[in-house]
Amino acid sequence: MRLLEYKGKELLNKYGVKIPRGAIVKSPEDVQTLKALKFPLFAKSQVPFAGRAKMGLVRRVDTIKDAENAARDYLGKVIQDYPIRKVLFEEGVNVAKELYISITLDRENRGYLMLASTEGGIDIEEVAKKSPEKIIRLYIDDYEGLRDYMIRGVAQKLGLEGSAAQDFVTVARAMYKVFTEYDAELVEINPLALTADGQLMALDVKVMIDDNSLFRHPDISVEDSDYTMEELEARKYGLHYVELTGYVGIMANGAGLTMATMDLVKEFGHEPADFLDVGGGASEDSVKEGLKMLLTDDRIKAVLVNIFGGITRCDEVAKGVVSALNEVKTNKPIFIRLKGTNEEEGKKILAEVGLKTYETAEEAMEALSKAITR
Amino acid sequence: MAILVNENTKVLVQGITGNEGSRHAQYMLQYGTKVAAGVTPGKGGQTVQGVPVFDTVEDALRKIPDINTSIIFVPARFAADSVYEAIDAGIKLVIIITEHIPIHDALRFVNYSKRKGVTIIGPNCPGVVSPLKSKVGILPNHIYTRSGPVGIVSRSGTLTYEISYHLTQAGIGQSTVVGIGGDPIIGTDTLEVVKMFEEDPETKYIVVIGEIGGTMEERLAKYIGSGKITKPVVAYISGRTAPPGKRMGHAGAIVSMGMGSYESKVKAFQEVNVPVARTPTEVVKLIKQYIR
Repeated sequence: MRLLEYKGKELLNKYGVKIPRGAIVKSPEDVQTLKALKFPLFAKSQVPFAGRAKMGLVRRVDTIKDAENAARDYLGKVIQDYPIRKVLFEEGVNVAKELYISITLDRENRGYLMLASTEGGIDIEEVAKKSPEKIIRLYIDDYEGLRDYMIRGVAQKLGLEGSAAQDFVTVARAMYKVFTEYDAELVEINPLALTADGQLMALDVKVMIDDNSLFRHPDISVEDSDYTMEELEARKYGLHYVELTGYVGIMANGAGLTMATMDLVKEFGHEPADFLDVGGGASEDSVKEGLKMLLTDDRIKAVLVNIFGGITRCDEVAKGVVSALNEVKTNKPIFIRLKGTNEEEGKKILAEVGLKTYETAEEAMEALSKAITR
Repeated sequence: MAILVNENTKVLVQGITGNEGSRHAQYMLQYGTKVAAGVTPGKGGQTVQGVPVFDTVEDALRKIPDINTSIIFVPARFAADSVYEAIDAGIKLVIIITEHIPIHDALRFVNYSKRKGVTIIGPNCPGVVSPLKSKVGILPNHIYTRSGPVGIVSRSGTLTYEISYHLTQAGIGQSTVVGIGGDPIIGTDTLEVVKMFEEDPETKYIVVIGEIGGTMEERLAKYIGSGKITKPVVAYISGRTAPPGKRMGHAGAIVSMGMGSYESKVKAFQEVNVPVARTPTEVVKLIKQYIR
């Protein structure tokens, strides 16, 4: 999961990365704590996506009154299903140069990869496309680790000299510490500013933590992550839910089959509204809760359920479908493909409430396609 | 022949006293797999489905020295420890079913296994089956009823079942079906399995089930392009409609840094004349063209 900017900065700062002076505000009354800072400040809404400035979610404030207004405007506002719970107020920084640096997992070589560039401040994918030669790549062996000479080499390529080059070693080492100690998939500073007085400072930070490791990081809270309310709700029931932009609701088991089902919807000229994977060994309850989410979603015109039971039992799925329909009154048509473990029992349970099942996903999709208009 | 597992496979089940471990030990026995022993620390001396349980992997091997494969059902937070235990005890094939193992753990034990010459399948995978010979995994027994010329390697469990099922329905058996798992870091990748299929006399055709994320399919395509794979390959890739930057359930299924997109994978395959099916069922049609 992606951490909010302030949380990522906090982690890096703990290991010695300089960040602008600032404070986090959770309610308009909190702005009194900003008195210790030097105005003007920049109010940055803590939302986990790029392009905040363009969305009007960052603004300059000159007085406490301004800051309070900004807090009132931002807090509670819902952007792309994500409610703003925190606003970071920071002092401005006099920037001479903007750099880029990150550490990620290198899937191909089964190690870590450090990326750096003199083209900071903008989307790194754009740099990769337009001028790949401006990206410095450093492979790090997980067993041997990151050595100082490697970092000095990167600093040199970035054109850093003197104390800035020394600072860069601190920054890279701190990033590596956060990356390995917090089970991160990505630690990125962009931009890493070289200030007018020659210091390195992290202006924006992106840290992604492996969800599966959260049990050993009690100081990381999902409250500080990119999960929307619906995704958080789905996680409680062991469901993987991703909201998409279409109108055909999808529920399937297994990530691959769920993606294949989305693709099938598209193949028939329709648009998937979601990715909802009930996972392996889904229970009646999780199926029920998942289906209820789709049935109460106003964007959705019809639902396609595609189950190939291995660990997952078709009778459990059928029971879940029936209890969802008992709890939610709906006219939305549901098309169910049910195959695999305990298929016969499952079909019987559905037949008793008048629900038809299909042999293949294509057949179910064909029927769905006929039942709705685009 | 077949690859990875066959009649001579003798299995140790790590985590055999847990729900999943004991249930799937039973299913594997029903399939005809030689399940020789189980391990759960503190539960040595018990039996599960008639299979003796030991406290440590070493104990099990001392008693039953011809065990050559381990399957791991141990919960995620303890799974890494079990993998090291199996490797250090000298087992050469370790199949990890457990999902949600932290990626950094997987990266470390996978690299360790490479240094020790051990093959890891998974983590977060459905396992391996050589139909009518042996199944070391959780793939549903009733689908794997026909052995034959098609080798399948797949990153997704349910899609593996789906495509194997349609092949069997069409009368086309499989040599070995390998679910390698959908995590970003896994022990054995698509290319490595395809190389094994190339060497396997029983496998005549290869099905590759891929998905968005990573560059495994692109690397396979490049290798096929070099002419080293002589057997026909057919592919299917899921995630055509997945938006970039969003993780689709599988920890590995995410298009990031512009890499691992559906388009780049399809293009890579098409450039080396590997047909890519638009739907899982279309795989059968494409394979049939070769078999005819």
